[in-house]
Amino acid sequence: MVFVLFGISVLVFLIFFATPGADPAARIAGRNASPETLEQVRASFGLDRPLPVQYALMMQRLFITGELTSFVNRGERVVPEVMEAAPVTLSLVFGGAVLWVAGSLVIGLTAAAFRNTVVDRGLMILSLIGVSMPVFWVGEMLNLVTQNRLHDTVLFSWVPALGYKPLLADPWDWFKTMLVPWVSLAILYIGLYGRVLRASLVEAEQEDYIRTARAKGLSEFHILTRHALRMSLIGFVTLFGLDFGVLVGGGALLTEVVFGLQGVGKLTFDALHTLDLPMIMATVMYSSVFVVLANTVVDLLYAVIDPRVRAR
Amino acid sequence: MTEAPLLEIRNLRVSFRTERGMVRAVDDLSLTIGAREIVGIVGESGSGKTMTVLAILGLIRDPNAVIEGSIRFRGRELIGLPDREMRRLRGGAIAMIFQDPMTALTPVHTIGRQIVEQIREHRGLTHRAAWDRAVALLDAVGIPRPGIVAERYPHELSGGMRQRAVIAMALSCDPALLLADEPTTALDVTVQAQILDLIRRLRTEFDSSVVLITHNLGVVAEIADAVIVMYAGRIAERAGTEALFADPWHPYTWGLLGSVPPLDGPRLMRLTSIPGLPPSLLNLPPGCPFMPRCRWRRDACLARPPLEGPPAHQAACVIAPEERPADRVQALGPLVAAR
Repeated sequence: MVFVLFGISVLVFLIFFATPGADPAARIAGRNASPETLEQVRASFGLDRPLPVQYALMMQRLFITGELTSFVNRGERVVPEVMEAAPVTLSLVFGGAVLWVAGSLVIGLTAAAFRNTVVDRGLMILSLIGVSMPVFWVGEMLNLVTQNRLHDTVLFSWVPALGYKPLLADPWDWFKTMLVPWVSLAILYIGLYGRVLRASLVEAEQEDYIRTARAKGLSEFHILTRHALRMSLIGFVTLFGLDFGVLVGGGALLTEVVFGLQGVGKLTFDALHTLDLPMIMATVMYSSVFVVLANTVVDLLYAVIDPRVRAR
Repeated sequence: MTEAPLLEIRNLRVSFRTERGMVRAVDDLSLTIGAREIVGIVGESGSGKTMTVLAILGLIRDPNAVIEGSIRFRGRELIGLPDREMRRLRGGAIAMIFQDPMTALTPVHTIGRQIVEQIREHRGLTHRAAWDRAVALLDAVGIPRPGIVAERYPHELSGGMRQRAVIAMALSCDPALLLADEPTTALDVTVQAQILDLIRRLRTEFDSSVVLITHNLGVVAEIADAVIVMYAGRIAERAGTEALFADPWHPYTWGLLGSVPPLDGPRLMRLTSIPGLPPSLLNLPPGCPFMPRCRWRRDACLARPPLEGPPAHQAACVIAPEERPADRVQALGPLVAAR
């Protein structure tokens, strides 16, 4: 894990600091800056020192002293910014993930149980619609309905104003704030995972062990949940690990923006916009931690699901 | 016949709708199996053996399959039986052993658990009691240290062990009828012999009847009471095992017998093979399906020969009884005649 993070940090550093034509000083100094100004900027940001030294200094400030400061808002520390944004993104993605796992399990299992019937077709069309709707559009529509058009009706008067409410301050408030963002984030993944799960369950139908299970006189429900599902979960979990890591690492940007959540996605996006290199470095490191973590958890889950993977 | 046979199949026909017309996987098959009887069904791949037993269990789930005829188990019609009722028979009174023990078990559950779930589906036992029974069954099929093996996953066992576990599972609810689909094909010879021994013991210890599907005539000779030879979805010949080996009637049976290496006598330079390939079930010739590959074909073969002969020995072939010995010597040499 440490190696992966080291590799990523070096790569990101090189992309922004050492790619030909990517002179950070020129970006900071602005267009048409005089050579003197450039020199001054270089010296003041430490960009005139050798690259390895720059890298080492940046890593030291980021991980050890924690006093890495932004290039854009000078003096503003980067690490606390990320620490403040992380709970927002984590709340959003964890809640969304609970919804989308539960939703897609229900849809996938139901569709597979009623395969090739109207129920199956209907669910698959629904999930295709879910996959096709862009998340920012869904978010805006939900906002329009819950915040604006129908906000004063009984139905949606409970929806609080946009923005994040800390979980620890008032869990109920937090829940109410996050519910609509969760739904809009989950819709896409429910559709996607529901379809993947159904396909995998229907494919399992061809397996010999399913035929054996049927020959044993087990009920269809039992066969589906105990035999087919267990094997199908392997692909499901792989997909989940990838998507979850990416989302926690800032991939939920669109949802964050639409719902005014100051999460990691928003932070990264703003940093990229202003080419705030220390901030980019910090958010990238943060998200790679989660991507790597998610993959580790997936590997552990494999062992739980599939005894063949377990080390003896 | 004083009592109803255990299983009675009449004019069973299994066909599949395809883009290029109907495919008859099993055509006009009738057979009866009495209590404690072991019947072997032999034939090449695609001759309809497996389809026949899957039809008995109602496990042909292809929406394009059309199953006609009658399958009576203890006098009760199985075709068209609601799935709920069928489920009670499956794994209970009728159990099946599948061909490939490598893939027939769910990889993610322990052997014991897979046996327990079947027992509990059919008997109202507690988990503890069902587990004890599973361990006892594993012991009965000759698995050493059954208590430990029950907690193992399928991938941790050898092929022979898995096949025994599959057999133990099939026996878990004392089936009256056991359908064994090539139970020994995936195993090496020494294990094969042990498994056959086990199947033979089923009759004595569990009072089961067995339908044994195989393409191995040696296996049939060893344990079956009666043999049905299938070709292209139809019965080519049926007889008691001894009669079939001593006096085979159908040229296809001769072909099968000729392709078995003899254990004694002079060593043959080459085994006889049946020329050609089994016909595609899609465009079956209107006459005898074996005709294109038959050395003795004649004009009469252009009409489909009915299954003829006394109940104890029947064949679907136009070769007259008096011609048979001469033709057979031509096909097999004096080998069979001497046996």
